[in-house]
Amino acid sequence: MKSMLTRRSFLVHIAVLAAAPLAVVRRAFAQQFAQQTEAQTAAVNALIDKITGGAPLARGRVKLDIPTLADNGNSVSLRVLVDSPMTAADHVKSIHLFAPRNPRPAVAAFYFGPGAGRAQVSTRIRLSGSQGVMAVAALSDGSFWLAVADVAVTVSACWDAS
Amino acid sequence: MAARISVPQNARRGDNIEIRVAIQHPMETGYRTDDNGTAIPKNVINKLVCRYNGVEVFRAEMGSGIAANPYLSFFIVAANSGELRFDWGDDSGATGSERASIIVA
Repeated sequence: MKSMLTRRSFLVHIAVLAAAPLAVVRRAFAQQFAQQTEAQTAAVNALIDKITGGAPLARGRVKLDIPTLADNGNSVSLRVLVDSPMTAADHVKSIHLFAPRNPRPAVAAFYFGPGAGRAQVSTRIRLSGSQGVMAVAALSDGSFWLAVADVAVTVSACWDAS
Repeated sequence: MAARISVPQNARRGDNIEIRVAIQHPMETGYRTDDNGTAIPKNVINKLVCRYNGVEVFRAEMGSGIAANPYLSFFIVAANSGELRFDWGDDSGATGSERASIIVA
């Protein structure tokens, strides 16, 4: 009697078995580096809409310097700058920072007066897990610009309740 | 609230000078509990204003997403000799201020 398992189906079985754990690992990895939930995206979009008033938001002009891998989410150094001459006619009015996966996504807002020499701020922020940190700049000409930087966080802020 | 402010003592007119501010503050998020399990209320420095000879040049509005002992660095244009004044306040109502003088040649 002919065997139930032909050579071809045996090889297919092997391939499926080999791929299965890979899929599990990949799913675990995806969870660790989970993207923000729809609710978090909606919350951040609402915060950004409050700044832009529904005006279009384009990527560019804003530069967000932040490590791609942060060991400690309790303190991640960040520098945000906007390409602007900072003259009375053409300047950056404000820069807003958002961390969509933080419990409070609005991290900070910086406002520049007429004496500000550069549209540049450095600070240290908290990150609750890996996420795409966003910076929105409001310019004097009424345009809004966005930069997003992905940061992988090894040890999240808000890790323990101590 | 102890603070360290770094402002250059001298500057040439028109120069961009870097101002650095570091304030000692826990920036309590409101999500932590103490040893007895009671919640520690949120208390962060929510606002810092820098005025240069009385004119506001920089303002930061901060939330719990800013790390403890907040640090800020920003740039102003050296226009005239005078005083830089920094004022900040936290959620508990505590305020702090610091001043630094600058000579612009």
